[in-house]
Amino acid sequence: MHPKRTDKIATGIIYTVVFAVVAILVFLIGYILVNGVPDINWHFLTSQAQSFSAGGGIRDQLFNSLYLLVLTLIISFPIAMGAGIYLAEYAKDNWITDIIRTSIEVLSSLPSVVVGLFGYLLLVNQLNMGFSILSGAIALTFFNLPLLTRNIEESLNSVPGLQKEAGISLGLSDWKTITKIIVPEALPGILTGVILSSGRVFGEAAALIYTAGQSAPSVSYTNWNIFDPSSFLNPMRPAETLAVHIWKVNTEAVTPDAHAISSGSSAVLIIVILIFNLGARFIGNHIYKKMTAAK
Amino acid sequence: MKTYDFDDKYIINLDSEMAIETDNIQVSYGKNQAIFNTSLKFPRFKIISLIGASGSGKSTYLRCLNRMNDKIATVDGKIMYRNVDINDPKTNVYEVRKHIGMVFQRPNPFSKSIRENIEFALKENGIRDKNELDERVEMSLQDAALWEEVKDELDTSALALSGGQQQRLCIARSIAMKPDILLLDEPASALDPISTSKIEDTVQLLSKNLTVIIVTHNMQQASRISDYTAFFHMGHIIEYNETRKIFTKPKIKATDDYISGDFG
Repeated sequence: MHPKRTDKIATGIIYTVVFAVVAILVFLIGYILVNGVPDINWHFLTSQAQSFSAGGGIRDQLFNSLYLLVLTLIISFPIAMGAGIYLAEYAKDNWITDIIRTSIEVLSSLPSVVVGLFGYLLLVNQLNMGFSILSGAIALTFFNLPLLTRNIEESLNSVPGLQKEAGISLGLSDWKTITKIIVPEALPGILTGVILSSGRVFGEAAALIYTAGQSAPSVSYTNWNIFDPSSFLNPMRPAETLAVHIWKVNTEAVTPDAHAISSGSSAVLIIVILIFNLGARFIGNHIYKKMTAAK
Repeated sequence: MKTYDFDDKYIINLDSEMAIETDNIQVSYGKNQAIFNTSLKFPRFKIISLIGASGSGKSTYLRCLNRMNDKIATVDGKIMYRNVDINDPKTNVYEVRKHIGMVFQRPNPFSKSIRENIEFALKENGIRDKNELDERVEMSLQDAALWEEVKDELDTSALALSGGQQQRLCIARSIAMKPDILLLDEPASALDPISTSKIEDTVQLLSKNLTVIIVTHNMQQASRISDYTAFFHMGHIIEYNETRKIFTKPKIKATDDYISGDFG
């Protein structure tokens, strides 16, 4: 066939495929937003969920999702950072490193419901932590760790090796060079990865049903004592997140406005994740510009 | 490719004060030996060029001198600096690298401001005094012939500089540590002729206060700036002599062929 013709056909196919992908995404997000946004109002965002009557809100679920996210990041980020630095800067090219990499890959393809059940058996039952935010955060750490580690490793690897040589040739130790030169340079990539993984954690339901639980006991937002069971900061209380709430409302809710609550919650979830994603781009670009003075 | 007898070599006898000397250096990457028993002496406050074809081992050899090969290759033999064998595993390599600085083939400034590029390593080494830092920044930039061009924009990103300026900044960053010896690994190979000549001028000025060992592919450059030249071939030192002599009357056939372009 004529090369020009082949090229035209190939380009046409590529455009069609891309259009299909974009169309599906726009349709899905648009459908959720169109159905859900009319149900969102201040009352919906700031009041408690109702079990039987209409007019329940998602205040606690929204807060639980955010709190769980913060706790998950507090646990998983330092571990992922350490593992990422090890893999990118210290690991030798040998079979041990291969095993580590393979394990991380296997862990990242683990179904989240398996992670949830594992968390249920180990954390909730065996370690007696009960259905709690902490159990949920640890389960989500299992779930989050592989991708975050991979992301940090890749961000560090994308910093040219010459930067490391520069630091070392000035008499700095490996550790100083890594922490003060390589990590700052990789920061925009790391930050983007953290925020994107936040989006995934925020939308996760299956792993949390068995670990953080499905009930949202009423908590006081003025009680700052984290050891008090009624405090909103207590990590040992059960906490239903937004994603779990959506699942629950759709499967077993008896409130008359279940459909509206589910649509509204889904829209809130999508909007928060959109904010995370756009924020990741914006903050990543901003930091990169600031650091490199690139226009 | 022509084959040469590696035992046929000439090494000049020097008896002035030495900045650094190597005794029977052998370097191997796994099973591949890259450098074969190389013993050279580098006199103080001189410029010494290392020349040779690609893969002749000159850069590998240079990188031994401040232990930059530590994690890459196995280096055997002695490297004597101030009466200490710095190739000894017990040597504090960080201390060695403070005294023996290095500038690489491609400019590699940190993604920080011009000032921070120079101050960074100084601060890490405990220099906190603002005046001292300012002074070192100015001195090193002046010595690297960059001060006039950047003195009004010290706090802008180093990455906004041209390639030639970035390379001179890397030289400034290195000499701000006040090293005894500066190792340059083809510092001008990625630069245009004007930047190259600025780097050469800089190097000649620097040799008043320190010893410069420079790897170069450019034989005109070697003959323009260096006092002594060492010719490497396939991991062997073939000839080490005064630059003038090596380029006019090489003693070894291999050197003659390489210089006259009748090589391989």
